[in-house]
Amino acid sequence: MHPVIRTILQRLGLGLITLFVVSLILFSSIEFLPGDFGQAVLGQAALPETVAAFRRELGLDLPLHERYLDWLGGMLTGDMGNSFSGRGSSGGSDRSRPVIELLAPRLANTLFLASMAAIISVPLALFLGITAALYRNSIYDRSVNALTLTTISMPEFFVAYLLILGLSSFTKVFPSLANISPDADFWERAYLTALPALTLTLVIVAHMMRMTRAAIINLMASPYIEMADLKGASKSEIILRHALPNAWAPIVTVIAFNLAYLVVGVVVVEVVFVYPGVGQLMVDAVTTRDVPVVQGCAMIFAATYILLNLFADIISIITNPRLLHPR
Amino acid sequence: MTDQDKNTVEESTGLGDEGYSAAAEVGLIKARRTFSENVWRGLKSAPPSALFGLVVIALYIFFAIFAPWLAPHGEAEIFPMSYAPWSDEFIFGTDQLGRDVLSRLIYGARNTVGIAFITTLLAFIIGGGLGITAAINNNGWLDNLLSRSVDVLMAIPSLIFALILLSMFGANTLNLILIIAVLDSTRVFRIARAVSLNVVVMDYVEAARLRGEKMFWILYREILPNIMPPLVAEFGLRFCFVFLTIAALSFLGVGIQPPTADWGSMVRENAGLIQFAEYDLTAALTPMLPAAAIALLTVAVNFVVDWFLHKSSGLKD
Repeated sequence: MHPVIRTILQRLGLGLITLFVVSLILFSSIEFLPGDFGQAVLGQAALPETVAAFRRELGLDLPLHERYLDWLGGMLTGDMGNSFSGRGSSGGSDRSRPVIELLAPRLANTLFLASMAAIISVPLALFLGITAALYRNSIYDRSVNALTLTTISMPEFFVAYLLILGLSSFTKVFPSLANISPDADFWERAYLTALPALTLTLVIVAHMMRMTRAAIINLMASPYIEMADLKGASKSEIILRHALPNAWAPIVTVIAFNLAYLVVGVVVVEVVFVYPGVGQLMVDAVTTRDVPVVQGCAMIFAATYILLNLFADIISIITNPRLLHPR
Repeated sequence: MTDQDKNTVEESTGLGDEGYSAAAEVGLIKARRTFSENVWRGLKSAPPSALFGLVVIALYIFFAIFAPWLAPHGEAEIFPMSYAPWSDEFIFGTDQLGRDVLSRLIYGARNTVGIAFITTLLAFIIGGGLGITAAINNNGWLDNLLSRSVDVLMAIPSLIFALILLSMFGANTLNLILIIAVLDSTRVFRIARAVSLNVVVMDYVEAARLRGEKMFWILYREILPNIMPPLVAEFGLRFCFVFLTIAALSFLGVGIQPPTADWGSMVRENAGLIQFAEYDLTAALTPMLPAAAIALLTVAVNFVVDWFLHKSSGLKD
């Protein structure tokens, strides 16, 4: 088998194993709740029959492996169980909603926010990185570097509140709350999401820009670049035509890695701007210990993160000429 | 620290041996310079950004240690006026329950930074110990088991993982420290294993093994002193990550719990005041103060780590 295909299959296998372990951990989270689980959810006043009925509904009376397979099957087919909140403590009045119903609209919102941040930040980071490498050690390079180093070490919520203070409280350019309604049209959504997207952009641009700059500067020391220089090629020609093609692999890797990082950044930013996304749902669920919702959100986050990292791995493998044409 | 430094110098130059060797004499001269002299020489050559970072870190430590004497009011002392404006009595006003913001900021240095520090230390003890053990046991079953489990743990963003675990075990400070320490020890494990792999193949480690030294001795006396510089730099970076993660979790309301004064939760509690920026700027600045305190410390640590890395690697730009 071609070594590239073998490596890719290995990575795919590792990704699947990771997802499997994550699902095991998530599944066992119900087991770890202290005391009797049904009692804890339904409250002290619940009748013994209600608790027993609830346990049966969750399948807590079945053996462990059966429950796991059942749960995993549900996860894969989109049936993530019902949320604990809204469950009546005295049977009958059951107003709890399926997790998937809570998740689906919020997932669309989160993806919208993340892709908006990605659309702004990726070209910006590439532009800043390439120009910083082009005018290396100039004042421009130094100030871009210092600025990105500062934004990289700030907590996300600090960046967010600084933006709110500057662009919302004083100048009223953008609204500080991004509570978009389901029937808002695209431009209204984009307008409301501007500040959260800008926050995420500031958080991830730094890393991508620094990696782009480092990847190009790293190549600038190699002999073939010196050859191009001696040949009389201009500086921008050297960077764009000679250095950049070889620098793509590390740059694409770091871009995919940062898009995966958006998954994490999105949690804090959504809470700051009261944005109706998966991150906020998850934080609320963690505070109320609404385990099925936590499981659903975590599964989505983990799967996205693992997939994007896998994607980055594969791209860096197939763009690497040394791996494609082994001697 | 001083004694340990001298010991390592003596060991590596073979000063204890009889007979003359040039290396021993060079080592002698180096050993004669005391620790404080070395520190002073290092500081004189430090760039302004690193000096700035060191001063900021020293200030934070000072505030953390002497918090009860420096704070004008108690950590959880409640005054009748909530959201009081900035005044002489309450320099930065009071929060939503009527607690003095300045006092809570000062106590926050002790709680937030202290908890982050303990967590990082724990992460290094777990991750560093296992990492070096895995390197000694290179490609054995223990190394493979540890490396694969770390791969899996690292495949999920730690904030998400922390949220899952906190919902399982409940959000309190002890759980927070343990969970973040274990999650972060995976990163330490990687670094510790990678750098000690270069050291375990050295002859003196082999000699110690043949001498019949125990695993702990090899780990602590032969390998650890030789991988110290990268680990110290990593400690600084890890501390920043842990500090930011704990701040983020506290900000989300699932980290350090009230009434403990903590910067992350202080931002959350007073965030609403930002809306009043055009009427009273100082009110809008109140929630920014703890956030700025977090940002300033991470920037300072980053500056110092940058300088330290530059120095220990001998890198020239």
